[in-house]
Amino acid sequence: MASLDSKIPKGPVADKWTNHKSKINLVSPANKRLIDVIVVGTGLAGASASATLAELGYNVKTFCFQDSPRRAHSIAAQGGINAAKNYQGDGDSTYRLFYDTIKGGDYRSRESNVHRLAEVSTNIIDQCVAQGVPFARDYGGLLDNRSFGGVLVSRTFYAKGQTGQQLLLGAYSAMNRQIGRGKIKMFNRHEMMDLVLVDGKARGIITRNLVNGKIERHGAHAVVIASGGYGNVFFLSTNAMGSNVSAGWKIHKKGAHFANPCFTQIHPTCIPVSGDHQSKLTLMSESLRNDGRIWVPKKKEDVEAIRSGNLKAINIPEDDRDYYLERRYPAFGNLVPRDVASRAAKERCDAGFGVNKTGEAVYLDFASAINRYGKEQAHVKGLDEEDASLVKKLGQDVVRAKYGNLFQMYEKILDQNPYEMPMMIYPAVHYTMGGVWVDYNLMTSIPGCYAIGEANFSDHGANRLGASALMQGLADGYFVLPYTIGDYLSNDIRTGSIDTQLPEFEKAEASVKAQLEGFIGNKGKNSVDYYHRKLGKIMWDKCGMSRNEKGLKAAIKEIKQLREDFYKNVNVPGRINEFNEQLAKAGRVADFLELGELFAKDALERTESCGGHFREESQTPEGEALRDDKNFTFVSAWEYKGEPSKAKIHKEDLKYEEIEVKTRSYK
Amino acid sequence: MNLTLKVWRQANADAKGKMETYKIGEVSPDMSFLEMMDVLNEQLMVKGIDPIAFDHDCREGICGMCSMFINGEAHGPDRLVTTCQLHMRKFKNGDTITIEPFRAKAFPVIKDLTVDRSSFDRVQQAGGFVSVNTSGNTQDANAIPIDKHDADKAFDAATCIGCGACVATCKNASAMLFVSAKVSQYALLPQGKVEATDRVMNMVKQMDEEGFGNCTNTGACEVECPKGISLENIARMNREYLFASLKG
Repeated sequence: MASLDSKIPKGPVADKWTNHKSKINLVSPANKRLIDVIVVGTGLAGASASATLAELGYNVKTFCFQDSPRRAHSIAAQGGINAAKNYQGDGDSTYRLFYDTIKGGDYRSRESNVHRLAEVSTNIIDQCVAQGVPFARDYGGLLDNRSFGGVLVSRTFYAKGQTGQQLLLGAYSAMNRQIGRGKIKMFNRHEMMDLVLVDGKARGIITRNLVNGKIERHGAHAVVIASGGYGNVFFLSTNAMGSNVSAGWKIHKKGAHFANPCFTQIHPTCIPVSGDHQSKLTLMSESLRNDGRIWVPKKKEDVEAIRSGNLKAINIPEDDRDYYLERRYPAFGNLVPRDVASRAAKERCDAGFGVNKTGEAVYLDFASAINRYGKEQAHVKGLDEEDASLVKKLGQDVVRAKYGNLFQMYEKILDQNPYEMPMMIYPAVHYTMGGVWVDYNLMTSIPGCYAIGEANFSDHGANRLGASALMQGLADGYFVLPYTIGDYLSNDIRTGSIDTQLPEFEKAEASVKAQLEGFIGNKGKNSVDYYHRKLGKIMWDKCGMSRNEKGLKAAIKEIKQLREDFYKNVNVPGRINEFNEQLAKAGRVADFLELGELFAKDALERTESCGGHFREESQTPEGEALRDDKNFTFVSAWEYKGEPSKAKIHKEDLKYEEIEVKTRSYK
Repeated sequence: MNLTLKVWRQANADAKGKMETYKIGEVSPDMSFLEMMDVLNEQLMVKGIDPIAFDHDCREGICGMCSMFINGEAHGPDRLVTTCQLHMRKFKNGDTITIEPFRAKAFPVIKDLTVDRSSFDRVQQAGGFVSVNTSGNTQDANAIPIDKHDADKAFDAATCIGCGACVATCKNASAMLFVSAKVSQYALLPQGKVEATDRVMNMVKQMDEEGFGNCTNTGACEVECPKGISLENIARMNREYLFASLKG
C-alpha cells in the first residue's frame, strides 16, 4: 500500500467513463449467484447500491444501526438534487455542472470523478421518477426546478423541503423489492465492529446485534462502506445522533487511507445553540438567504441591551445595523457561498456582536423582503401601497408561501415568530467532504473494500455545492459502484463462499470482544457523552471555521490527553449481551477521539486556505482565503501507522486538464 | 422546572415491565423532550441506575425513529410534531409526565421505550414499490406529464415518516393510515398504476399477517400523525382494495 494509484482511465475526460465501462471485466449472471457482497449503511448510497447489486444477481447482505433502513440520515436533506437536464433551457449542460462542481470545490477534487458524476446525474432523475418519487411539478405536469447555491442555472430538482426523504424512500423501496425477492438479507439494528482481511483482501465484517448484543461474523467477497460522514466529531452538528465514523475508521485502521479529513462544511443558516443541554443543531435550507438579509448591530451598547432583554432587534434603526455580507461582498451580498458566509458570521461574533445570550448568533431579517413583496402585491391588486399594515400582511403571505415550513420549524424550536422578529442563525457543522480515499472504481486502498457516498472523499474537493450530496450518493450507488465492482469480483467466481471459521475472523472477533469488555469493566467516573462534548468543544474551538498553527497543535495535544483519560475514566453501564446504547456510543466516541487527532494533523499540514478549510496564516490583506496551488494541489491520503500522530501522508497530485484553475472571488 | 416522570421500564422483550417514578429538576423550557431525557439518563447513571432506552436519531422530525407515548398521546401534547420536536415549554413546573412505549401487538417492546417496528418494513417489502430496475435506462423523466394536483396529493401521502404513531394511537392498533399512505402515493402516479392491483392486495395481506387490527374510522390516527397524513388515504385504499378484489 505504498503508492496511490487512482486508476483514472486514459483519454479525454468526456469519454473516460464510457470507455472504462466498455472495457472492464464483467461477471456472468450465473456466476453472480456465487458471489456475496456486504453493504454497510442504508442512506442514499448504501440503499441504492444494495438494490442495484441485488438486481444484478449478487447475494447482498446489508447492515444498518437504525431500526429500519429508511431512517438513515440522507432522509434529513431538505433542498434538492442537482442534475444537468437543462429542462429550463437556461444553458445547462454536463460540462457546466462538471465545471461548477470543480470550481465550488475550490479546485481540490478529481476531474475524472466529477465529470462522471455530472454525466450520470440525468439518469438519476429518470430513475427516481420511474420509481414514483413525487418531485415538485408545474401546472403543465412537468418537473419543476429551482436555483441553488450560487450557480447561474436552475438545475435543482426538489420535493418541497424534504427531497432527501423522498429520494431515500425511493431507494428504500427498490431495496424492499429485492428483500422481498430474497436477494438482499437485511440486518437492522446491527453495527459493524470491524473489517476482516484474508490474504490482504476484504472478506467480511464482525457485527454486533444491538438488540441482544451478540457478536456475529459475516463473510463476503467484497465489502462496501456507505456509512456517511463524520460531522459528529464536533458533537454538535446537523447530523443525526447516531451518525458516526466507525465503519470508515475501522477500515482505515486495517489499511484504507483516509483522505482530506480536515475538509468540513460548516453551514451558515442553522438554529443557534440555546444552552449546555443542547444535543444537536437544526439546519434551515440555504434558500432562506435568497430573501433574508444578514446583520448584527453596529454598536456594542445595542448588543448589550439586546442580550439583557432591554432592546428588540426591530427597534434598532437602519443606520445602526451592520449588514456585513453586503458591506464586505457587494457583488454577491447575502448569497456568497456557504464557507464565506459562515466565516463572516464568526468574525462578527468573535468581535463581540453576537445577538443572543451565548454571543453566537446573527440576525437573518425578512423585513425588507416582506415590504418589497407586499408593495408588489398591493400594486398588482390595485390596493394602497402606502398602507403599511396591508403591505406587511400581503408581504408575509408571499414569504409564507415560499418558506412557510421553515418558519414553522423555527417557531417550534425557538418559540419566536420570525414573521415579526428577525430570525437568529449561526453556522453549524453539516457535511464532511473528506473521507476514505478511493480510486476511480471507488475501491479503497484495501482490495475488495469500497467506499461510497459521503463516506468517501472523491467528488466535492474542499467545499460542496448545495444539492450535490444527494446526487453523489445516488450516482455512486445506482450507477457507478455496481459496474466497477464487477471488475474486481470477476476474479472471485471460483473462490466459493467465505469461511467465517478462518483464524482471521476468530482474531477480529476476539479483539472486538476485548474492546467491549474493556469498556464495561472500566467502571470509571465520567459518561461517554462527557467525553464526546469535550472533544466537540476542542474541535469547534480549534479546528472549526478558522484554524491556526498554535490552535491545531494544542488540539492535537488535548485530544490525545482526552483519549487517554477516556480509556481510564469512562463509565459504561450495563452488560455486553443486551440492548445497551451507552456501549454502542462508547465505541463510536472512541473512534472519534482518534479521527479528531488526524483531522487536526491534516489541518496543520495544509498551510493554505481552501474551501471550508481556512488557515489564518494564509489570507489576503482583506481577510479572504488564500489558496496555495503551487504547494497544495493534492489530496492528502493518510496511512494508519499504529496511532493518529504517526499517520503517514501520501499525496495524490490533482491534474486539471479540462478546467483552468482560478481564484474564487465574490467581491 | 421541576418535574415528576413516570416511565415504563422493561429490561427486555421477555421481562415483565412496570412504571418507575423519577424526579428531575432544573429543566429548561428551551430543551427538547429528548434533551430532557438525556439529562435524566446522565443523572440515573450517576446513581448507578440503568439509563432509559429510547429510540431517536435525526432529532429534527424526519427520520421517524423517535416514538414515546407521552401523557396518553403519541409524540405528546403538541400537534404536527414528533417527540424530538416537542419542547419542555409545553409543560409546567411541577407537572407529572407519564412516558410509555408505543404499544401494539405488531410492535413488541425491545427494552423500556424502544419497540420493534420491523413489521412496517415487511409490509413495504410485500409491495410498497414500483417494479422497475435501477439501471437508469428508463424513459426521460418528463416523458409522462403528471397532473400537478395528483402529484401534490401523492407527495402529501409520501410525507409519512413511518413512525407508527397511528398504530399506537388506534384503539385497535390498526396500520391503515400507514399502509394507505404508501398505497395512495403509488395509486396517484402513472408509474405506480401498472401494478396497483397486486400491490394493494399484497400489502393488506401482509398487514393482516403482522397482527395489526382493523380500522373503525374513529380518525384518531389522523389527529396524532406528526405529518398530518389525511384519512382520505384510507378511503382511497379501501376503493383500491375493493376494485382489486372485484378484478380478482
